[in-house]
Amino acid sequence: MTNISTLSAKDKETVKTFWAKISSSGDAIGADALSRMLVVYPQTKTYFSHWKDLSPGSAPVLKHGATVMGGVGEAVAKIDDLSAGLLSLSELHAFTLRVDPSNFKVLSHNILVVLALMFPTDFTPEVHVAMDKFLAAVARALSEKYR
Amino acid sequence: MVVWSEQERSIINSIFSSLDYNDAGPKALSRCLIVYPWTQRYFASFGNLYNAEAIKSNPNVQAHGIKVLHGLDRAVKNMDNIKATYAELSVLHSEKLHVDPDNFKLLADCLTIVIAAKMGSAFTPEVQAAFQKFLAVVVSALGKQYH
Repeated sequence: MTNISTLSAKDKETVKTFWAKISSSGDAIGADALSRMLVVYPQTKTYFSHWKDLSPGSAPVLKHGATVMGGVGEAVAKIDDLSAGLLSLSELHAFTLRVDPSNFKVLSHNILVVLALMFPTDFTPEVHVAMDKFLAAVARALSEKYR
Repeated sequence: MVVWSEQERSIINSIFSSLDYNDAGPKALSRCLIVYPWTQRYFASFGNLYNAEAIKSNPNVQAHGIKVLHGLDRAVKNMDNIKATYAELSVLHSEKLHVDPDNFKLLADCLTIVIAAKMGSAFTPEVQAAFQKFLAVVVSALGKQYH
């Protein structure tokens, strides 16, 4: 299988350095990004009809936000081979969750918004482009088993 | 027709009345050119866009960023009729500037990031929703006269 990673060595370095700065806020980032996504893109609520409370900062949102950012952290650690590294997550999303892949872009956007507001000086355009490329690569890896 | 709540109108007016155009404009445009480098295709006459530093310090980029941001003023003043307000501007972007309308969303996303960085936690999910709704209407209006 061809590895179509478009992340340059510089991109990976930028992502790892930035992640080291922000990872202790991972849970908060995830919770805020997820909260925003559910408010700003209400169609995404369709995936969470089993939750009692979808409001920003609710218990299920906090918990799931942390889970999702945990996955992002895992991706940073396996940045040199996302396809292999995220294989089980990819199968989960393909066969069990079946989240329409367009939603990866939506969540990525909201993660970037949260990074900008939480880390305005660190989230420079150079970091932004590297993170955007990285999240797109993660989304690609998660979509690999869909069909 | 787009329906705006009183809260949405208030949010949009508040963002633009406290906006530092000379700061946000250059930041949004330069971020767009850095994060989505293919957008540089429209600015061949701007001189050195070779790297992020060059883009950020390019006076043509700065001036143009301010101009583009002020272009949103008429939409803020005419929120109930953005489509008609921007008909001419849409024709301009299509017939004269030949801008692929997909690019409007890219710049809109960069502006969202810049505003989020400036407002921090004040950029709540509700504020983000209103702002993105506003930009989506603008983007749609700018694409309306393409044929």
